[in-house]
Amino acid sequence: MLNFTLQRTGKAFVVIVAVVVLNFLLIKLAPGDPAAILAGEAGSGDPQYVENLRQQFGLDKPVVVQLWNYLSGVLTGDLGFSYRNQVPVLDLILGRLPATLLLTGAALIFSLITGVLFGVLAARHRGSVLDSVITALALLFYATPLFWIALMSVLLFSINLGWLPPFDMETIGAGYTGWRRVLDIAHHMVLPTVTLGLFYTAVYTRLTRASMLEVMSLDFVKTAHAKGVPNSRIIRRHVLRNAVLPVFTFASMQTGQLVGGAILTETVFAWPGIGRLMFDALMQRDYPVLLGVFLITAMVVVVVNFITDLLYRFVDPRIGIS
Amino acid sequence: MDFMKRFSLNYGAVIGLLILTLIILMAITAPLLFPGNPWKTVAMPLLRPMQDPSYLLGTDMLGRDIAAGIAHGAKVSLLIGVVSTLVAVLIGVTIGALAGFYGGLVDDLLMRFTEFFQIIPAFAMAVVLVAIFSPSFISITLAIAVVSWPSVARLVRAEFLSLRQREFVQAAVVIGQSGPRIILTQILPNAVSPIIVTASLMVATAILTESALSFLGLGDRNTMSWGFMIGAARTMLREAWWMSFFPGLAILLAVLAINLIGEGINDVMNPHLRGRKN
Repeated sequence: MLNFTLQRTGKAFVVIVAVVVLNFLLIKLAPGDPAAILAGEAGSGDPQYVENLRQQFGLDKPVVVQLWNYLSGVLTGDLGFSYRNQVPVLDLILGRLPATLLLTGAALIFSLITGVLFGVLAARHRGSVLDSVITALALLFYATPLFWIALMSVLLFSINLGWLPPFDMETIGAGYTGWRRVLDIAHHMVLPTVTLGLFYTAVYTRLTRASMLEVMSLDFVKTAHAKGVPNSRIIRRHVLRNAVLPVFTFASMQTGQLVGGAILTETVFAWPGIGRLMFDALMQRDYPVLLGVFLITAMVVVVVNFITDLLYRFVDPRIGIS
Repeated sequence: MDFMKRFSLNYGAVIGLLILTLIILMAITAPLLFPGNPWKTVAMPLLRPMQDPSYLLGTDMLGRDIAAGIAHGAKVSLLIGVVSTLVAVLIGVTIGALAGFYGGLVDDLLMRFTEFFQIIPAFAMAVVLVAIFSPSFISITLAIAVVSWPSVARLVRAEFLSLRQREFVQAAVVIGQSGPRIILTQILPNAVSPIIVTASLMVATAILTESALSFLGLGDRNTMSWGFMIGAARTMLREAWWMSFFPGLAILLAVLAINLIGEGINDVMNPHLRGRKN
């Protein structure tokens, strides 16, 4: 177990270093002066600041030295300085990270629960009207752009019906505390969570259905039927337990996509997370923030994959530790 | 002929083909149906749909025709979807074939490389790439290709690993054919059908990614695109729902059609999988 943990930690570290190197290459390959890029193209009004950056980055030194400077800087927590916001990039991102983790976490749980539920229902009533409806809806939501469904649900539920708030994470200036505040945030979370999760609900529904049908055709299920185990119990205890594992594997691989989707959702709902931060950085050409958000997103994904890998060893003892 | 017959039995796929044909026709005839620049103001701003019969889908806040924008935008979406997929398939097939055929250290290195690209968040990376190299047709196409090739590489590698052991390949080795020749003339032709299925589904994802990028303002500034129209309409949602509704519907239909076609091809080409789906 310790061996395995160490090995995976090493692998995660390599991925993160590779992302940092990639960021470095991007700064070097981008058209124009790297120092001006780091200062933010439009914000390079202060020549002294650009000159400082040039020295700090060591642009007069060999590329290897530059890479080393950048790498050791980033790995000790220096993600650069946002000239636009006059704040270190790391502080900016860490302040925004909880909101994104809350949103993507909620969306992941929402999509897993609904996806598995619909998938099981469709597989259990295979060939029925219910199955056709679920399959058709999954196909539809699988093809719907995230940002569009978000806008359309704002139109319907906020503007026309007035049920749910369209923007922000909580009522600004209301000064709620305790449970009142939790409820307020939950109320604001409904639309972003559901619109971010729906696409993945569709993905997991299709996956669960296919996986269930595959397991249902196996011999041990026939045996269970033959010895008279009730159908609902077979579905619950025999089929679902085996069918749900590939869905979880896929879900953990998809966390990166989920965080990517949060860029769009947060932009639409003005959700104060790193996705919205990335959009603002895009608008302001604030490249240090852009690259920083990219790095942090990759780190979140690596950590999630790492945790899922460990969890597997507990959930399914058949998976060897190697 | 057999292929067409089986394909035509799949209603979903036929409907998808019909929708896609209509969209392609719309893209081709856009300069005839809506002559002139879609960016130009042609009517009163914020006309509601059906309010003026000559602007059926309404106009935006600058008086641009929404229908003209959708027709002209079809070209960009389809083109970027297809070209980026072709590039991704080219990269994926090359890496997957080399890894699967040569095995050993080559395989190890190439697969670590592929895994890295699979782990990092694809959309965030596409955003960073397009932003840094400034939005253009080429940068958007390449960015989408760079984030979508890994699945092709893994698929091709798996196919090559199993085909590599087959007798006809071993025979080719024995008569002294070179590695590249065996890859290109013996193994690759036998791995084509799963590649086609994956590629057709990838076009749909690429269109979604392109629309998301241009929604964020990372579209090519010179061409009208569906995502851009929705992005521009975002702040006008309360006043003019039609500005974002119709372009989104266009994206939805295009992606749905391509997914339906892809699944149709999959059912025809991999009949042994059919039991799993139906």
